[in-house]
Amino acid sequence: MSAVLEIGGLNTRIETAGGVIRALDDVSFEIARGETFAVVGESGCGKSMTALSIMRLLPEAAWIDSGRVDQEGRRLLELPEYEMRDVRGRRIGMIFQEPATSLNPVMTCGEQIVEVLERHGIARGAAARARALDWLQRVGIPDPAQRMDDYPFQLSGGMKQRVMIALALCSEPEVLIADEPTTALDVTIQAQILDLLVELQRSNGMAMLLITHDLGVVARMAHRVALMYAGEMIEIGSRASFFARPLHPYAARLFAALPGSASRGSPLMTIPGMVPPLTTEFAGCRFAPRCAFAHARCEAEAPGWHMAATDGTTSHRARCHLLEEGEVPPLRAEAGAAAAALPVSQQGALLEVRDLKVHFPIRRGLFRRTVGHVRAVDGVSLTIGAGRTLALVGESGCGKTTVGKGLLQLIAPSAGSIRFDGRELAGAPAKVLRQSRSLMQIVFQDPFASLNPRMRVGEIIAEGMASFGLGVDQAGRDREAASLLAQVGLPADARDRYPHEFSGGQRQRIAIARALAVEPKLIVCDEPTSALDVSVQAQILNLLADLQRERGVALLFITHNLAVVEHLAHDIAVMYLGRIVESGSADEVLRRPRHPYTQALLAAVPRIEGGAEAPQVADRKLFADLPSPANPPAGCHFHTRCSRATAECAAAYPEARIVSQTHRVHCIHAQ
Amino acid sequence: MNFMVVVLWTDVLLFILLAVCLAYARHAARRPHLRAPWARMARSASGMAAATVLSAFALIGVLDSLHYRPLIEAKPGVPGPARYAVEVRSVLDLVIQGVLGPMAGKSEKTYSAPLATHAFSRENIERPGPDGKPRQVREYPRLANGGAHLKDPAREWAADVATHAVRGMVFGFIAWLALAFVLLGAYAANHQEDGGIAGVWGDAWSGRGRLPWRSILITLLVICLCAGVAATLGSRYHLLGTDKVGQDVLYLALKSVRTALIIGTLTTLVMLPMGVLLGIAAGYFGGWIDDAIQYVYTTLNSIPGVLLIAASVLMMQVAIDANPGWFATAAERADFRLLCLCFILGMMSWTGLCRLMRGEALKLRELEYVQAARAFGVSRLAIIVRHILPNVMHLVIISAVMDFSGMVLTEAVLSYVGVGVDPSMSSFGSMINAARLEMSRDPMVWWSLAAAFFFMLALVLAANLFADAVRDAFDPRLSPKRRRRGLLAKASA
Repeated sequence: MSAVLEIGGLNTRIETAGGVIRALDDVSFEIARGETFAVVGESGCGKSMTALSIMRLLPEAAWIDSGRVDQEGRRLLELPEYEMRDVRGRRIGMIFQEPATSLNPVMTCGEQIVEVLERHGIARGAAARARALDWLQRVGIPDPAQRMDDYPFQLSGGMKQRVMIALALCSEPEVLIADEPTTALDVTIQAQILDLLVELQRSNGMAMLLITHDLGVVARMAHRVALMYAGEMIEIGSRASFFARPLHPYAARLFAALPGSASRGSPLMTIPGMVPPLTTEFAGCRFAPRCAFAHARCEAEAPGWHMAATDGTTSHRARCHLLEEGEVPPLRAEAGAAAAALPVSQQGALLEVRDLKVHFPIRRGLFRRTVGHVRAVDGVSLTIGAGRTLALVGESGCGKTTVGKGLLQLIAPSAGSIRFDGRELAGAPAKVLRQSRSLMQIVFQDPFASLNPRMRVGEIIAEGMASFGLGVDQAGRDREAASLLAQVGLPADARDRYPHEFSGGQRQRIAIARALAVEPKLIVCDEPTSALDVSVQAQILNLLADLQRERGVALLFITHNLAVVEHLAHDIAVMYLGRIVESGSADEVLRRPRHPYTQALLAAVPRIEGGAEAPQVADRKLFADLPSPANPPAGCHFHTRCSRATAECAAAYPEARIVSQTHRVHCIHAQ
Repeated sequence: MNFMVVVLWTDVLLFILLAVCLAYARHAARRPHLRAPWARMARSASGMAAATVLSAFALIGVLDSLHYRPLIEAKPGVPGPARYAVEVRSVLDLVIQGVLGPMAGKSEKTYSAPLATHAFSRENIERPGPDGKPRQVREYPRLANGGAHLKDPAREWAADVATHAVRGMVFGFIAWLALAFVLLGAYAANHQEDGGIAGVWGDAWSGRGRLPWRSILITLLVICLCAGVAATLGSRYHLLGTDKVGQDVLYLALKSVRTALIIGTLTTLVMLPMGVLLGIAAGYFGGWIDDAIQYVYTTLNSIPGVLLIAASVLMMQVAIDANPGWFATAAERADFRLLCLCFILGMMSWTGLCRLMRGEALKLRELEYVQAARAFGVSRLAIIVRHILPNVMHLVIISAVMDFSGMVLTEAVLSYVGVGVDPSMSSFGSMINAARLEMSRDPMVWWSLAAAFFFMLALVLAANLFADAVRDAFDPRLSPKRRRRGLLAKASA
């Protein structure tokens, strides 16, 4: 195998107010033709910096200190900028995370592809148009002749990412760099995009550098894997051996921190401490302060590469002293007794939602006449027992967040009943509502937007208490705030600091402490971990489980991440286009899903266990776009994407079929 | 007491504004997130140089805002209550009089060029003729004060001017050394810098240190040199000439500084509450409140500003003329007119800020910490005060600083058009207005206009540079430019 891209000793630095950050330290690897090389790691470890350094697209404050990037004999770091422009796009294509912002909104999709083709002198005029059309077809855009002249805003997220891939590949580059290509997409769309990339790689033979934080995606896509930590590659190996036997203690810990059905009922393994700031000069191993196996040598001497027993052609190596000393760290920590029962307190229903509707009017014209409604939530019924966790699962745009906000009356529901602890909240007078607000709280997704940057942490936590008159005086509230901080695992001096001094995970803890301050019985968790890294996610999930055990709070867990659901949910409700299509206990929904949509969702999740041999999404009909909630399809909303749909499905919305006492499915074909 | 303190309305407001600024500085100094952007600003060389110039102007403005009426010397032997002069004077007048002596104020008959010893135009003068009879001669008469100490101006003038200019520079330099010593000493004492004042001095010139002392000191040196020359030459000649009625132009320009500062700051003060509160209300509440506020500012924006201002000023002038009893002195009347002008300008110029605030509130309203506060049942007013207002303050500061220079220029335009400040009050606009007709004279009377131009340029340019530095420091999206480093720099070099 000859390498098409060779990176040697790459050092990238960034200048910041806090000093020079060593963003990349001695990064070396090579990618062969037709190979997918995955770079994984948590945020800030240097994954994207690697890609940007190769493309020489670094931000202004960053520079490459030393190193070598060779692409088929071209020394990229020595090329003048005008020659580098020929390399970008022609030799090395790149796709970015956010399809919405990487396409030019004022050019049609066709024009954008033609521009690339003409820029690199591959084709011009009518020939270029024909080629662009061909590429749109190849990336699986339905009706490409018409889509050629569409603007990006007319396409869905998945379609935009397909256009982006066409754009990156139309000049047939030898190397494709995919920087988190599916992170912004839903699982079903992610599965399609990953399939598409594999297919294109097979036909083009290009090398692919895949950058991701999702080990599931790695397991599905990669031939070889590199794990990064604090600006350094610490383990490189073939996919099979990396997943079967991670060498570095960090890798082992990372696997153990992944939630899933195996970890159900037991706390997740977490990694103590935090990633060290990259402004430090490292003497020893960067992971040593957090490593359970660290000894004197780890602190003093930076470990070199050490091979594990080679398996076949690819070597599997890691930077760890333990390997040299012949002492391979133990394998993945075994989770506790498999599928141990989650703690459950049975006290009957705490929250009962019947037929909740939230419709947003669409207004047009001079007098803002209402011409229609976006039915964001269209008749949702839920029951949450005291001290239980209900997971509300669905793809983006299905209305799950709106359900959460509707419950808290942050958005006024249009119809339906919300009974909380025996009291009706929908349409209740303002006074009753205000009282009930302390019983239900919310934790948001984005830990950076959910805390007021101008308030001290103590003030943030005390705000709710002051609003409800809890805690007689300032001193009492301060005491309470201190004890809450301790409970969520933050130091007491955090009270006098400002949110910007904390990391994402710590901010999420502050948000949880803020919610707990008013002693709620139910916390709506709106994707609380989706902005966090795996190891931090594990800490937050453990914290939520502990709080539930100690305080008996019920959780409404809104998420699209099925692995998290498998880990902690008692009950699951699957939402599609404003309605719940299937609900039941976790076991029923995850093991014996009846609704075709639930089945498709579960099949689309990339899993480590399956690897590349995992069944691909066979149902191509699922690839159709999510219909608009302003104009949902007649009958069963899902029939436009369902392989089992019949004429009957389009006739009427299916009534609930009762499978068991808890398990309900809205599908006429459910067995 | 040999004077009576006079407090004008604009003085009160100016000092309130100063107090608010000081209170804000104290408040911000204790909060790291508020202090950080100002500390960033303090590292900008151009910003600090501009701040130095602005401080000099502010000092002039503040001195000119301490007003009093001097006691009229009672005739000896006549008992009765103390009587005070009708003319309201300020501390600045006192200082200028002390430094410039007879040059200050109205001391010549009419125009004279800068540093002149003779009048600008010929006059008929009676001279004893050779036969002893008085004879009418038409010549340039000597000035009453300018260069009066010279016996033979034609011979002595150049040497005298040069000597005094050099002396002025020496005085300026000495003053600068003293000032620098005091400033650096205070800084070293406050920050416990190593090496004390000598260490700070060394750091300042080598460009190390945290503050751009070099730019500050150089700016200060230029100001001190100008002031020194103005003091020595200005007390012997009319440094910038005299105007039509023989007033010293330098004196007029210095007196105009306060007018410009008052217009720039008080207008902002009037406009801030309207712009900020209405803007946030429109953005946060939405619905019919938003519609109403939007209609108001859209309508206001579509009427030509000068037209509206001219109409308002004329109405106000009628009211003032109809009620002469309102004011004890001419200065009070002029001051009232200035205050009204500030209000009128303020009412006309809040729309831009309002629009900015509305957009920001629309964005902040959807942020999760505001949602979280709503989930706690926090009242809407409390949400605006605690969550929205602190998060738009940086924009308010940026726009207030940027609007300042615009207001100074607007005043000049309005006074030029004739709807600006009272004719008895000196302002850059009135100076330009007065100079405009003399531009066509030959030889040209250029110094009035030039003086107004340069003073205004210095003030507005400093304000703009300061505003740029503030914006850079407060806007997190802008990062300072850096030079390329590393491999690529070597390759392209």
